Amino acid sequence: MSQRVSRPCGIKFKKVEKKYGSVYALRRLDMEIAAGECVALTGRNGSGKTTLLRVASQLTRPTRGELSFPELGPGEAPAIGYVSHAVMIYEELTAEENLLLFARLLGIAQPKKRTAELLEATGLTTRKDAAARTFSRGMKQRLAIARALLEEPSMLLLDEPGTGLDTDSMAWLTATIRALRDQGRTIVMSVHGESSLSQVATRAARLDSGGLVADTRNGATFQNVFWTGIA
Amino acid sequence: MRLFSNAAVLLQKELQAEFRSHELLTTASVFILIVIVLFSFTFDPTSAESRQFGPGLLWLAFLFSASLMMQPSFLKERTNDTLSALRLAVCDPFAIFLAKLCANSIFLLITQLLLLLVFGVFYNVAVLSVFPQLAFVFFLGSLGISTTGTALSAISSQARMREVLLPLLLLPLLVPVLIPSAEATKALFEAEHKLRWDWLGMLIAFDVVFLTALWLFGEYLLEE
Repeated sequence: MSQRVSRPCGIKFKKVEKKYGSVYALRRLDMEIAAGECVALTGRNGSGKTTLLRVASQLTRPTRGELSFPELGPGEAPAIGYVSHAVMIYEELTAEENLLLFARLLGIAQPKKRTAELLEATGLTTRKDAAARTFSRGMKQRLAIARALLEEPSMLLLDEPGTGLDTDSMAWLTATIRALRDQGRTIVMSVHGESSLSQVATRAARLDSGGLVADTRNGATFQNVFWTGIA
Repeated sequence: MRLFSNAAVLLQKELQAEFRSHELLTTASVFILIVIVLFSFTFDPTSAESRQFGPGLLWLAFLFSASLMMQPSFLKERTNDTLSALRLAVCDPFAIFLAKLCANSIFLLITQLLLLLVFGVFYNVAVLSVFPQLAFVFFLGSLGISTTGTALSAISSQARMREVLLPLLLLPLLVPVLIPSAEATKALFEAEHKLRWDWLGMLIAFDVVFLTALWLFGEYLLEE
């Protein structure tokens, strides 16, 4: 079994392909994300953003190609915080039980303390004993983000993390991602167009039909990537 | 060690969820109760006939109720993609299987032991004098059913016709559990009751083989 490490690390896609039946979700993708980068991934629906994030999280195995984490040694695996379209929480458990469950699975030293901290940060402390099924979409999303932040992740993969969030929650999420970026954590997030989240990014990339069509670290050209696909 | 601590945490979650909702235990108990009562009224067996045919009837009912019980095991993890969250959190994917098969075995065993008493009353078979031995046979049988059922539940939850796929795969595969379990139970119902180690040996071998296979290859069953 690999040893999970929390230190920031990058990720390298080498001619990665993912096929579902006869449909290519990723097509010979070559991309290297350095440790500490904050990438805003954009593209139309079905362009391969979610697949890229799932391959990066190692939940999905690529059909062809290679995925590697350059800063990690043999027998090491990155601690990944992942937020997907689905909220990845148990509806029948309370907010606190959900976080405690995953904190214990991750082997966090003081699970109750960490859970309380995250409930406080996400503004869910007053509803900590309520079943997650009674939550609104935005509250579930906040709980999902809290779950992803339980251990200090070396890499944060966020699939449209702003889904269902109100203005205050969005501001909290933006500030949290900015803080994690400043700590040197690697962040890859899929976004639709410009938002407060994309302003935190240090790099913008656009996917189309499973391939990378635009990629820039020049903040001045982010808008072009988001709207036209030309860096 | 982390494997077992992960499995223990997940088992606690499974038990907590079930003892809060009682969904699986109620469904399986009602199903077995219906089978026992219907067969009792339909055939009105004598005590000797009950000792002869009762074990087969009991184990068939256990088997069908198990297929009902195992169905949601992985299906419910698909609702919010919690399976992905678990895969990212556990050190070894076998921890997920271990927790689920332990939970399924416990639920099945509770149902079996409760319904055994009802069977004893309806079929006029003395079960209390051999209760510990029967519990041992039921434990081995339940473990075999749960191991296979949990693995197949992981496979069928990804399939299109998932509701029919599990029983279709599970029932033929469990014939090697059904026969020794029914024979070992029958030997305990007889006047000179005894533990038949030849049949129990088969059950133990089945459990060990399927548990080992799940430990070695379970990871691939969870992949997308």
